[in-house]
Amino acid sequence: MQLSILILVLLGAMALAFHFGRRRSLGTVGGASGIRNLHSLPAYYGFYTALWAGLPALLVVGLWVSFEGSLINSMVIGSLPAEMRNLPPAQLGLLINDISNLANGNIVSGEITAAMQGAADHMNELRTVGKVAMAAVALSVALGAGSLAWLAVAPKMRARNRVEWIINSLLVASSLIAILTTVGIVLSVVFESFRFFQKIPLTDFLFGLEWSPQTALRADQVGASGAFGAVPLFAGTLLISLIALLVAVPIGLMSAIYLSDYAGPRLRSYAKPILEVLAGVPTVVYGFFAALTLAPAIRGAGEAVGLTVSSESALAAGLVMGIMIIPFVSSLSDDVINAVPQSLRDAAYALGATRSETIRQVILPAALPGIMGGILLAASRAIGETMIVVMAAGLSANLTANPLDSVTTVTVQIVTLLVGDQEFDSAKTLAAFALGLLLFTVTLGLNIVALHIVRKYREQYE
Amino acid sequence: MNKPENARVRTIDKVKASLEKRYAKERRFRRLGLGAVLLGLSFVLVLFMDITSKGYTAFVQTHIELEVFFDPALIDPDGTRDMDVIARADFRKIARQPLREKFPEVTGRRDKRALDSILSTGAPYQLLEMVRADPDLIGTRQMVELIADDDIDMLVKGYIDRNAAAEDRRVNDSTIAWIERLDSDGLISLNFNTRFFTNGDSREPELAGIGGAAAGSFYTLLVTLALSFPIGVAAALYLEEFAPKNRWTDLIEVNINNLAAVPSIVFGLLGLAMFINLFGLPRSAPLVGGLVLTLMTLPTIIIAGRAALKSVPPSIREAALGVGASKMQTVFQHVVPLAMPGMLTGTIIGMAQALGETAPLLMIGMVAFIVDVPGGPLDPSTVLPVQVYLWADSPERAFVERTSAAIMVLLAFLIAMNTFAVVMRRRFERRW
Repeated sequence: MQLSILILVLLGAMALAFHFGRRRSLGTVGGASGIRNLHSLPAYYGFYTALWAGLPALLVVGLWVSFEGSLINSMVIGSLPAEMRNLPPAQLGLLINDISNLANGNIVSGEITAAMQGAADHMNELRTVGKVAMAAVALSVALGAGSLAWLAVAPKMRARNRVEWIINSLLVASSLIAILTTVGIVLSVVFESFRFFQKIPLTDFLFGLEWSPQTALRADQVGASGAFGAVPLFAGTLLISLIALLVAVPIGLMSAIYLSDYAGPRLRSYAKPILEVLAGVPTVVYGFFAALTLAPAIRGAGEAVGLTVSSESALAAGLVMGIMIIPFVSSLSDDVINAVPQSLRDAAYALGATRSETIRQVILPAALPGIMGGILLAASRAIGETMIVVMAAGLSANLTANPLDSVTTVTVQIVTLLVGDQEFDSAKTLAAFALGLLLFTVTLGLNIVALHIVRKYREQYE
Repeated sequence: MNKPENARVRTIDKVKASLEKRYAKERRFRRLGLGAVLLGLSFVLVLFMDITSKGYTAFVQTHIELEVFFDPALIDPDGTRDMDVIARADFRKIARQPLREKFPEVTGRRDKRALDSILSTGAPYQLLEMVRADPDLIGTRQMVELIADDDIDMLVKGYIDRNAAAEDRRVNDSTIAWIERLDSDGLISLNFNTRFFTNGDSREPELAGIGGAAAGSFYTLLVTLALSFPIGVAAALYLEEFAPKNRWTDLIEVNINNLAAVPSIVFGLLGLAMFINLFGLPRSAPLVGGLVLTLMTLPTIIIAGRAALKSVPPSIREAALGVGASKMQTVFQHVVPLAMPGMLTGTIIGMAQALGETAPLLMIGMVAFIVDVPGGPLDPSTVLPVQVYLWADSPERAFVERTSAAIMVLLAFLIAMNTFAVVMRRRFERRW
């Protein structure tokens, strides 16, 4: 039975359960005339039965689907001949991949042996059995729990309170997903990074000056020693982010000031949403623009004045990233500037200060902590930005401060290490998770500091 | 000698002199601000102009109108009209024939091959589809508009400089001469490019389309919407209406704010490690993409939902509680309906974000080269922004215009969604 059909059937069962629960509640008190003898409105008895009929079964289906794949794989491995079962994990993974491709009727990478064909048939068999078993278990759970709930319907039962309790737990569970996400992120990057640091010492990773993640396939291979020093990546990330901030902060801040203090309402009502458009454009579009329009233009301009410019210069990526975060800086600065109390402005004007003097000598100093917070948030966004640098920045890890040179960033390396074929125990793949951990830690630190500053600043004027 | 004059300088003169300077400074500052705004606006303009000017030509495709003879001897020698036989027929030969008839002077293998390559490798399939739709065509001569190769397309659209040195361009002199003759006969036409909207990806630019990626985006967003809207609304309801103010709920709140600022690629790592490696869900599937994007858009929806709930005045809740409704009844029957427009607006904005998201989907393998249009959330597929990324990497000149056109479609969707959100907010927003 298809999963979607099963879910639809379960939803149908819930609707039926609602109907029966409601009818039974009315039946126990002798129809609509006896409704005052019920503790709750009849619909609540219906909801009660429906929730019991649906939720446990859906939970069963959810758990089943999540673990079925890995369970079937381990059962198939268990049934393989001993010499195949004792392969190293990487090859075993490939083998399982082949078997499941075979079972799906797809193209297989190597030649098909009899053992593999048998395993694939076994896998298909297990899958069919699994599907039927899942449907049977889910439906019997639905039927069992539903009828128990239906039998429990009685005039004295506090159906509304019970339904509300269930709904309340669902609400709590939903809000816990945010926590679970964070835990999941931390666990997934920490776990894989831990395996990485077992192969490569932490100090080599944090302080090494060379990055070339090619690991040797054979022991005697030349030139593939593999160096995992993250310093050049961070230098590149910081260089590009710095260029981005040099573009975005002046433009964003000045346009926020102009729009909030100088511009008339008409210009403001047009210019603000248009600037916000820059924040809504997908980053892949910026990447395309940087790689195909800006980078060649910068290169042409540089060559015209006799500079050697790399075709994947840090400057192009940084400039475009700067354009992307302009609305970010300007809307945050706008909030902060508007939060400065009017009394400070009035006082400055009363002393005869011009508008620009008021802004520069009164408002900006007062708003400085908030603006710094905004800049930190923008920096964290620039550091974590991926698509622009993947498309416009280079792959070679140069340790340079020259914006016309090609540099690479943390996010570029994560993408290049993880896109394509991968085996999950090589230092190369695991390095991506170590970089992810580093990225997560740095941006989290920046965010916490920035949010703290912004919050503190707001409280100061409230 | 200057003592008496100096003594006679009045304060007001000093002020006037400095006032001049201060006003000049004021004007400079003001101009600087205006300059920043104009610069920002010009960035928007340049970005959109650049994309549009590169991409608008992809909405038309060069076709060559030729008289094709659906030769029964080649298609269906036994006259059985059996579709299996027809599908195996040599349509390449049929598609090549008209050009060879048109230019009988072309001899020699290399020249013939050059002549054949004017038409796309998709032209035989085009003829096959025609015969499938109408088997009575077999044996007739028809004027058919056949798809031209991408190099010819670029030539006709003027992206290849005909006066450049022969070795610098992808089309050689004899081909240009043939095209000019076809053009003077009025056989070359630029038609609306429906294939661009219906086809999946292809290595041949003239056959590549965004249909597959658009379907992938659709399924991904469907999964995202189905999960993130109920969960987001539920979480917002709990945090805003039910949660006690304690350290625990503070933690959830800080958490949500931080999640909103976690780099998107980290969510991709989570998806790879959790959903694919741990739970064994299929790679490249919209289901996994939707799960990852759900986690990414949840903070947006929760924050917007809480703002919407906050804007419902307490008097509504007090009135409901006053006539005896329970807390749950108050919230679900009175507060939620009033906050719904705001929550929906937040959801649409979150969906627009999810539609433009690329990086986390690269991590979970939605970058594969997929020709078929996916038929469900478990089929391998890609999404619009990832298609843009893939095409942007392709060396063919024709892919540049297709990438730009795909971006235009993507931006059109985003603009439509955001406009809808704004209109809905204007229409349903209530101020108390």
